[in-house]
Amino acid sequence: MWKRFASNIGAMVGVVLLIAVIAIAIIAPMLYPGGPWQMVQRPFLVPFTMEAYPLGTDTLGRNVAAQLAYGAQVSLLVGLVSTLVALLIGVPLGAVAGFYGGLADEGAMRFTEFFQTIPNFALAIVLVAIFQPNLTSIILAIAIVSWPPVARLVRAEVMSVRKREFVDAATLAGLSKPRILITQVLPNTVSPIIVMASLMVATAILLESSLSFLGLGDPNAMSWGYMIGAARTVIRSAWWLSFFPGVAIIITVLALNLIGEGLNDALNPHLSRKGRA
Amino acid sequence: MSTLVIDHLSIGLPEGADRPLAVEDVSMAIEMGQILCVVGESGSGKSMTANALMGLLPPGVTVEAGKAVFNGQNVLDLPESRKQALRGAEIAMIFQEPMTALNPLMRIGDQIAEVFAAHDRFTPSERREKALHLIREVGLPDPEKIIRAYPFQLSGGQRQRAMIAMALALEPKLLIADEPTTALDVTTQAQILKLILDLRDRRGMAVMFITHDFGVVAEIADQVIVMREGKVVERGVAADVLGNPQHDYTRRLLDAIPTGKLPAARAPRDVPALEIKGLRKIYRTGGGLFKPVREVRAVDDVSLTVARGEVLGLVGESGSGKSTLGRTAVRLVTPDGGQVMVGGTDLAALSDEELRRERHKVQMVFQDPYASLNPRQRIMGALTDGPITKGVPKARAQERARELLEIVGLGAEAASRYPHEFSGGQRQRIGIARALAMDPELIIADEAVSALDVSIQAQVLDLLRDLRERFDLSILFITHDLRVAAQLCDRIAVMQKGRLVEIGTVHDIFLAPQQDYTRQLLAAVPGAGWSQESAGA
Repeated sequence: MWKRFASNIGAMVGVVLLIAVIAIAIIAPMLYPGGPWQMVQRPFLVPFTMEAYPLGTDTLGRNVAAQLAYGAQVSLLVGLVSTLVALLIGVPLGAVAGFYGGLADEGAMRFTEFFQTIPNFALAIVLVAIFQPNLTSIILAIAIVSWPPVARLVRAEVMSVRKREFVDAATLAGLSKPRILITQVLPNTVSPIIVMASLMVATAILLESSLSFLGLGDPNAMSWGYMIGAARTVIRSAWWLSFFPGVAIIITVLALNLIGEGLNDALNPHLSRKGRA
Repeated sequence: MSTLVIDHLSIGLPEGADRPLAVEDVSMAIEMGQILCVVGESGSGKSMTANALMGLLPPGVTVEAGKAVFNGQNVLDLPESRKQALRGAEIAMIFQEPMTALNPLMRIGDQIAEVFAAHDRFTPSERREKALHLIREVGLPDPEKIIRAYPFQLSGGQRQRAMIAMALALEPKLLIADEPTTALDVTTQAQILKLILDLRDRRGMAVMFITHDFGVVAEIADQVIVMREGKVVERGVAADVLGNPQHDYTRRLLDAIPTGKLPAARAPRDVPALEIKGLRKIYRTGGGLFKPVREVRAVDDVSLTVARGEVLGLVGESGSGKSTLGRTAVRLVTPDGGQVMVGGTDLAALSDEELRRERHKVQMVFQDPYASLNPRQRIMGALTDGPITKGVPKARAQERARELLEIVGLGAEAASRYPHEFSGGQRQRIGIARALAMDPELIIADEAVSALDVSIQAQVLDLLRDLRERFDLSILFITHDLRVAAQLCDRIAVMQKGRLVEIGTVHDIFLAPQQDYTRQLLAAVPGAGWSQESAGA
């Protein structure tokens, strides 16, 4: 499995990029002990003119490099935690729906569809606006709009696995239904869930950036989306203020997508697009 | 004149495969109007040889050496466009699974006409005429209707006939048939074999017939080639190879075939392990505002008993309800009526919770060795989950599991490994050990050896026979293969369309069948005449 993953150049590039982003997020407080909000130089310092501030400064004279590093913390945190919460909602719901079928399935799926009929981003905006923008509410809002696809995926996987003969064998062994679901069926649905989760982290980072861009981010947390949003009025005179956070978002999302595809090819070798003429 | 001459053909596998060459230095010749059977177990390279001829090798697999001369040219190094012209027109192929080989969204007539269109022959109306003619030639009933039918509206045998009609469309000189009857019932298989023989006689084409079944070989082969691990181990005229095999491997394969030879009858005892009384299961599908509900009586008022220490064979074709009966007996399926008495309790009447506590009384060995073990659970877990749930202390359950793994011939160290580390036959042994671990009163084996190669099949049957003596097992042995049933069972029950047609001792069923249907089944067993001869000799 690991071998197949490692032989995928795209996936390895993704891993390297992601590790770099994570490393920057972790060492941000050591690199910039003053934090991202501190004014350090004159405003609109053009990048690559002063060695201490290679990426220049923003409208208030804050260090763009420090902002980027701290922004990585927020983006990764929001991406990971909201995906985790979405999995916590989607996996049990989908598993129960797929395994028990009948009324449980009907109920769970109608509930899921209710969320799917509302445009993701609109719902996220409404939720954040209602709860006051802070990290917790942003994470929750993103999780609430992104769990339905998880529930559908898990349901479909569980439905196909539960028809396999080893599930019958477990039934004959006298195992209870919940136990069969947890010990026999769910472990066999892990690989598509992992793949989906890696892609969801990327989507969550984009969502958070979009929210911050609209000014619905946590006012106390520096994030890439906030940086772009704040810079949009000066985009013609100070290009670097929106350019660098934009590049940061692209690199992180690309890395996660590369990893997701690599995982997909490694975990489902028969679906791999490679090796076909 | 030889239609096809394969000369020292070697086909290389990609790196990391279990052996470097899929096919090694294989030579063969097929004469016009002859049927050459290529026989071997799975992985012997027989299908690879055929795929190489058709240019259908999977990616990474390449022809390393040798040539295949057809019509005076080496088909292996023709450019793709010439190969394409050759396929269908000169060399045609039929596959094992007619459902997946036909396009499900295209009418049969259109699919046949497409063969003509692909090679730019005839006008559309002529194509239709030809298609009708072909459908008639392969003996499909009501050609006008068939030509407008979709594949799902046909039975398995009819689909295979439609495939053959497509293959014959351009009057190929060589027909390659890759296990064309393996997925079919015995009676349908017999009809398809007869059709292929007829067509060969009428058209004088050469046929390369790939199979794993020596019974089929006995029915149709002129020449036989036996392959093993990519090499030819024996070749010759069919009668010679079957009657007087030279190579050890051929002899082993022939010995492994369940023959009509009947084991000595054992006296059954009167204590019943399983009593099924008036069992019914009806499947209802469809039904809407304007559509009537379609009812299928999968099991229709069946009563039978399995005595303690007895092996009862349950035989029937697909759709006869034999598997439903088995699944109802362990109550994976809840019956619509009737009783399933095991050790004095009626399993059919228990509530879910009571049932869970009684589950251990009846265990099952499943058909598909790849689907019946959880790929993410170690063997130890598979073998101890049940006993531990039943209340056996963990240490004892584990000790017993190791013991059982020894008994089924795998060794105790197998316990700590995952299913993917085992072959199909080994997995089936694990399945048997899992059933035994519960100390059941009855084991239901649902096509337990059907997915295995003959030599492995023989080993597993030996194991079951051994276990039957050792543990005084009662087994309900469900199979479509009468030859297998004859080897293991004390009595045989024959099912057709959900009903029990006939039940009797193996001797009675084989030597003095009372019902027409039983006689039909016996007559359809491939190589029936040949195996009785050899059994008598």
